[in-house]
Amino acid sequence: MSTSTDTKPSTGQAPTAEPPAEAPAGAPPKAQRRASRSMYQKHSKVYPKAVSGTFRRLKWTALAVLLAIYYVLPWIRWDRGPNAPDQAVLLDLANRRFYLFFVELWPQQIYYLTGALILAALGLFLATSLAGRVWCGYACPQTVWTDLYVWVERLVEGDRGERIRLDQGPWTARKIGRKALKNLIWLLIAAATGGAWIFYFTDAPTLLGELARFEASSTAVGFIALFTGTTWLLAGFAREQVCTYMCPWPRFQSAMIDEDSLIVTYQDWRGEGRSLMRKSQSWEERKAEGLGDCIDCFNCVQVCPAGIDIRDGLQMQCIGCGLCVDACDEIMTKVGRPTGLIKFDTQTNQVALATTGQPAPTRLIRPRTILYSLMMLVIAGAIAIGLILKPGLDISVLRDRAPLFVTLADGTVRNAYTFKISNMTRDPRDYTLAVAGLTGARIAVAGDGQEDQEAQQRLTAAPDMVATYRIFVTAPRANLQGASQPLTFRLTSANGETATYESVFMGPAN
Amino acid sequence: MAQKEKDALSGVETTGHEWDGLRELNNPLPKWWLYIFYVCIAWSLVYYVLYPAWPLGKTYTKGLLGYSQREELVAKLDEGKKAQEKYLTAIAAKSVDDIQKDKDLLAFAMAGGRSYFNENCAACHGAGGQGAKGFPTLADDVWLWGGSTADIYKTIQHGIRSDDPDTRGTAGSGMTAFGRDGILKPEQINQVAEYVLSLNKRSTDAAAAEKGKAVYDENCAACHGDKAQGSLAAGMDVGAPPLVQANWLYGADKATIVQTVTNGRAGMMPAWSKRLDDATIKSLAVYVHNLGGGK
Repeated sequence: MSTSTDTKPSTGQAPTAEPPAEAPAGAPPKAQRRASRSMYQKHSKVYPKAVSGTFRRLKWTALAVLLAIYYVLPWIRWDRGPNAPDQAVLLDLANRRFYLFFVELWPQQIYYLTGALILAALGLFLATSLAGRVWCGYACPQTVWTDLYVWVERLVEGDRGERIRLDQGPWTARKIGRKALKNLIWLLIAAATGGAWIFYFTDAPTLLGELARFEASSTAVGFIALFTGTTWLLAGFAREQVCTYMCPWPRFQSAMIDEDSLIVTYQDWRGEGRSLMRKSQSWEERKAEGLGDCIDCFNCVQVCPAGIDIRDGLQMQCIGCGLCVDACDEIMTKVGRPTGLIKFDTQTNQVALATTGQPAPTRLIRPRTILYSLMMLVIAGAIAIGLILKPGLDISVLRDRAPLFVTLADGTVRNAYTFKISNMTRDPRDYTLAVAGLTGARIAVAGDGQEDQEAQQRLTAAPDMVATYRIFVTAPRANLQGASQPLTFRLTSANGETATYESVFMGPAN
Repeated sequence: MAQKEKDALSGVETTGHEWDGLRELNNPLPKWWLYIFYVCIAWSLVYYVLYPAWPLGKTYTKGLLGYSQREELVAKLDEGKKAQEKYLTAIAAKSVDDIQKDKDLLAFAMAGGRSYFNENCAACHGAGGQGAKGFPTLADDVWLWGGSTADIYKTIQHGIRSDDPDTRGTAGSGMTAFGRDGILKPEQINQVAEYVLSLNKRSTDAAAAEKGKAVYDENCAACHGDKAQGSLAAGMDVGAPPLVQANWLYGADKATIVQTVTNGRAGMMPAWSKRLDDATIKSLAVYVHNLGGGK
């Protein structure tokens, strides 16, 4: 070995990272090797077929309700008094205020947004653990707008078969006309989508007037163009590719699904072996032949907006919309077999049915769903309490670091503080400032008359503004209890609003 | 070529990478992903044409749009300066006392004054005017040359013992070096130091302190005042500090006092009217006054 350049261990004891150049005995035969294939998957367009049934109706209802909310919300008015905007939902980025009906949020209260996002995430977890990816199938904007776009496509170009023929056929005047009409309607919907989006960020009637008179700012027009373009692209062309390749949610949703989640399921114990049904054959004869209820009509595959075959089992691409359930039920009714060959069901029940023939109870209440629900309750409760108790007054105190403290000629010690008052009301306010925790402490305010040291000081703040003051607190050195001691600022408005802030007062070490 | 391996469950080829028994499936990317990559390359070409892109020695390709971050910054700065103009004009027109009565002007002068102070003054007087040995604390209430805003304004303008004709004190003036110039003997210096300490109730040698009073009255009272109240309180403009107080410019211990009496002191400050414009000096005066000690 010492002279050999071959560094591989001759005993083969340690596994090497690289497989040996020569296939060892017992390797799969050459026939199993696939010829080298493309690095990239060719896109095959999905042509969802029209279907009707319970879940299709649910999906239309969800679509109507969600689109109605989206388009109507910015137009709802909400009276907040003379000096405030009257739009119920307004994200006023320029003035740094969020308005949500009776709630008005300042940038300092962005934690409410955090709470809302946590709540939304937990809601997603709960819905998924209960019934799979129902969010994806019914409520996700990608699904809603894609559904709307496919509906338009069907209106203009016809159902699945016609669309496939149209796409495969030559570019005739009719085809060009159909495609142009479809894209025109798509773009109109997209423009309305992008237009509605920016209404959330500025006064909707004003902006609509500006748009109608071609006076809108380039920012507004730019954002409408951006959202028009992305809506058209994502709902018109990218569709299920967004769910499969762009969205991170499908990649970790399986962590929320367990064997008790109601997911879209093909009952393979009942359906296999699938085979086309001959008219001459009765169901008893099929059964005797070992055939199942699935007549291999591919209806479930043709209606699927993700373009998958649910009979392969739960797949990452499945958005849980249940349209295949409707499609299969339609066929089962037609051939006189019980519906529900494809249905929302739990894996526990499927295993029980397949092995014992007895259904297992559906356990919607289980540790996971209880935990998600409790966490949602806690967060929602915290947000609600926070909003109900939300004060119209907030103060913030920043102690001077340089100098830490100042010794005056007569030996008293003084600390300086930057004192900010957030007046979150629509009226000017008068306040009284006092400190507690230090006997003999006197307060002065920088500026004109800063030599007037009092036990209390009067401060004011303009409506909807932050007022900043420089405050001096002075105390006899004998009253200090060491180098640092707590000092509480208390600000009280004439209306009875109170805010306190715990700071410190520093002095000489001995 | 390595042996291709297929995952039994999904029927998908693996990459051959394995971590703790988990093997990575070699699912191909969709083709449009590749096209987006090409689009990005095409976009970069457009970018090269429109925007500054390639370095060429000391210059660079400017791009057709003529965009420049530096020019954008200059424009923003001009915008900011324009917004400041009305405040600066008002500050230049008003007296320092009137500036302090206007809440908006006060806030503007304080904000500006802070950055001017950090640029020009903090090197000696410390951040926030906290001072250092020999450099007065500007946040306290001891002032050698007056603590009103007008006094502070005048001091900053003309400096202390500077070459400015209107300077505070006179150039070359200062406390006499009583020991070094042979005016007082070491014993007398000890006595007067004890006397000063006794004024602050810190004397350890009552006999010496008693003798020191005579020395003080004869040599020191002319500037520091008959009650050691300082030149300002005694109605003089020579910058002699009060000697009965809690904070000392050079140090409160006896050794420092003896050193001071022996060698003298003469604090200096340059005249800033030659370097800073009037609005800046007014802002500084307002800022310093509002550090807390202004009178």
